[in-house]
Amino acid sequence: MIEIKSVVKQYGRKRVLDNVSLNIEKGKITSFIGPNGAGKSTLLSIISRLIGKDGGEVYLEGQLVDRIDYNDFARRLSILRQTNHINVRLTVRELVSFGRFPYSEGKLKAEDLEHIEKALEYTQLQDEQHKYLDELSGGQRQRAFIAMVIAQDTDYILLDEPLNNLDVKHSVEIMKILRRLVRELGKTVVIVMHDINFASCYSDHIVAFNKGQIVKEGEVEEIIRKEVLEDVYDTNFVVQDIMNRRICFYY
Amino acid sequence: MKTKQKIYVLSIILLILLFLYLALGLNPVIWRYALSLRIPKTIALLLVAASIAFSSAVFQTLTNNRILTPSVLGLDSLYMLIQSFIVFVFGSGTLARLGENFNFIVSVAFMVGFSLLLFRFLFKREERNIFFLLLVGLVMGTFFQSLSTFMQVLIDPNEFLVIQNRMFASFNNMNTDILWLALLISFLAVLFALKDLRTLDVLSLGRENAINLGVNYDYMVKKFLIIISILISVSTALVGPITFLGLLVVNLAREILKTYKHNYLITGAILIGSIALTFGQLMAERIMNFSTPISIIINFIGGLYFIYLLLKESKI
Repeated sequence: MIEIKSVVKQYGRKRVLDNVSLNIEKGKITSFIGPNGAGKSTLLSIISRLIGKDGGEVYLEGQLVDRIDYNDFARRLSILRQTNHINVRLTVRELVSFGRFPYSEGKLKAEDLEHIEKALEYTQLQDEQHKYLDELSGGQRQRAFIAMVIAQDTDYILLDEPLNNLDVKHSVEIMKILRRLVRELGKTVVIVMHDINFASCYSDHIVAFNKGQIVKEGEVEEIIRKEVLEDVYDTNFVVQDIMNRRICFYY
Repeated sequence: MKTKQKIYVLSIILLILLFLYLALGLNPVIWRYALSLRIPKTIALLLVAASIAFSSAVFQTLTNNRILTPSVLGLDSLYMLIQSFIVFVFGSGTLARLGENFNFIVSVAFMVGFSLLLFRFLFKREERNIFFLLLVGLVMGTFFQSLSTFMQVLIDPNEFLVIQNRMFASFNNMNTDILWLALLISFLAVLFALKDLRTLDVLSLGRENAINLGVNYDYMVKKFLIIISILISVSTALVGPITFLGLLVVNLAREILKTYKHNYLITGAILIGSIALTFGQLMAERIMNFSTPISIIINFIGGLYFIYLLLKESKI
């Protein structure tokens, strides 16, 4: 479990996160939704220690994250940011191999190779593994980065808008991979999402943010409701059940 | 060709050039004397090439930029300022009397001290990133340059000649005592970095990916920046400003080796740097008859290559 206790982050005078407390349960997909600038990505970055915080604490399975050694932390929690521009020219396999760095320090052993194969298989990139990243389509590239995170084999996987710029087919593919990770390997996945319908269809738990605070959190049925969403996004919503899913209409 | 084979080829080219440099024009009468001059120069060439290549390769990885060299930290300009200042205040006579040893130690101490101060000031606050450091380094470099120019125009033209001699890197009038000291310091600095070479591969993925993969990013950047500043300070104080060479050799190494692995990349850059300097020195000694300092040859070729790089990058 990840416990977040009254976390504060401010840039100058602006409070991006204002006393946020939250528990993220193990073995589930938790989605962060909310308008731009609500603090979702910032919270994700704070949990994964990419940026510092100005107050509060984050615990990973009861342990204060700031006290966990860098390498140890990288074996337990991984993060994938939305912008993944890399300056060096790498093949898919080379990128995925980087996921083993916390274990191998660059010298791959038999066990590492096994994890790399498994990650490629999970993301169906075996045929593309020797292609360079700049030769891939957006969806394949995103899958390659997810494969790296899978090879990293952490219990917790944090993803910042993994569906950004992807078409419907690739978005569904990626969400299915994530579901499989949770179901088969017992991973805990936290995603920042902009598409509410994707959040509704694939999450176990949804946390709605606005203006640096959590407006409401709960199961899909509790959050994907007209009143809640209108409050969060300040837009008119129509929510309907279609094939046992909650689908929003807001166009 | 595999990366390893390319490295072997480069090594062979270097060995041939080194042999040529050492052996050309030797005869039974002067060989002892000639070698006593050429061997220290060769060692200095290799040391400078290795320092510049190593620090430029690491610096480009830290900044994630292929057209930067550590010269943006302003160390070259600081070196010129120190030289100008000594001549301006005490006169070139004092500079000669104090000896090269003293000058070397003072220059290295000031340059390393300056960089440590810069890093300390910059890393105190979290949100300042490495590009802020570059900006400050650039501003300070320009400031040092203006100060040196100011002093240079005020002094006696004869004194200015002494400074001018130091503006261009040269292997011809080097003191052997300093060479061993320089070798020792650089060796220790590199030793300190050796076990983290693989971390550089991860650092080239950028800050966020590096942290995600368990690298203590801030610590590593600080550590490598300190090593870079020591290496640059030592080689600049030894032969003069020559950091431009780094741009040339690291990019050539990237072009030729086409690898992201830093152990190959750095080895390749060091070999190419050594080849370039040995070849340059051969040209300067045999063809130009010592009339042109090697750094002019290097800067000429480096400049052309830099323009080529800019043109190529703008096309993409």
